[in-house]
Amino acid sequence: MNLIVEIASWALMLAGCFFTVVGALGLVRMPDVFTRMHAASVTDTLGVTCFVLGMMLQAGFSLVTVKLFFIFALFFFTGPVVTHALAQACLHERIAPLLAEDRRKRARDGRAGKEAKS
Amino acid sequence: MRYASLAFFLFVFWIALSGHYTPTLVTVGAVCAVLCVLAAIRMRTADEEGHPSQLFGGAVTYLPWLLGEIAKSAWAVTRVVLDPALPISPTMTVVRASQKTRVGVNVYANSITLTPGTITVGVEGNDLVVHALVREGALDLEDGGMDRRVSRFEGQA
Repeated sequence: MNLIVEIASWALMLAGCFFTVVGALGLVRMPDVFTRMHAASVTDTLGVTCFVLGMMLQAGFSLVTVKLFFIFALFFFTGPVVTHALAQACLHERIAPLLAEDRRKRARDGRAGKEAKS
Repeated sequence: MRYASLAFFLFVFWIALSGHYTPTLVTVGAVCAVLCVLAAIRMRTADEEGHPSQLFGGAVTYLPWLLGEIAKSAWAVTRVVLDPALPISPTMTVVRASQKTRVGVNVYANSITLTPGTITVGVEGNDLVVHALVREGALDLEDGGMDRRVSRFEGQA
């Protein structure tokens, strides 16, 4: 039983390491600030989740597990706010995102067309 | 009811952080929780936005679903990053948030940002400006599957 918990815990932590490294690698490989944010979000969602779950298994049923859950919740709720603030700041600085396709106008027009028909 | 729920959560938070169960400290914790609720009421933050207790029932099924979506799209982004050709096609689009309350729109916008591969970069009323790493991500959001799921979550309240 103990062995199974140890194996599961270390597997999760190694998975966390893997996704953190992937996020870092993506940060280097991506061409501009917006695409880099996408790469970083792998680290602070799946990476953090795997780490916290792995550490929870190490801690067992104790207050430490509850505190780890609070850390997870903190990442979960502050992550998108920070990402959104960063994206807004970039747009305010007029950093134009590298785009393969800009569907903003098309999506708006398409919807207006749909509403006019119905 | 909302105030009672807020006080309860603050009290549980206190207990979990302190780890001491002596009568004195538990009483102090209860008093602190009540004082914090009073302060929150005075700051007008103990409303349906500051402590959205109306959503807690729906969150039991919504959060696991969201975690599943996060895992799926994180895996997709991982494959893009590890692909030697780096097959990205950054796309900007606008999606409609059909939620009725500000809390609902907020949940939708933050859910989009939390799933790797899509970021909400702007909110204009009920229109969300979204940046997606690959074109398929933008098209998925335009289909509105997640929008409907969030609306259902909001409506359960």
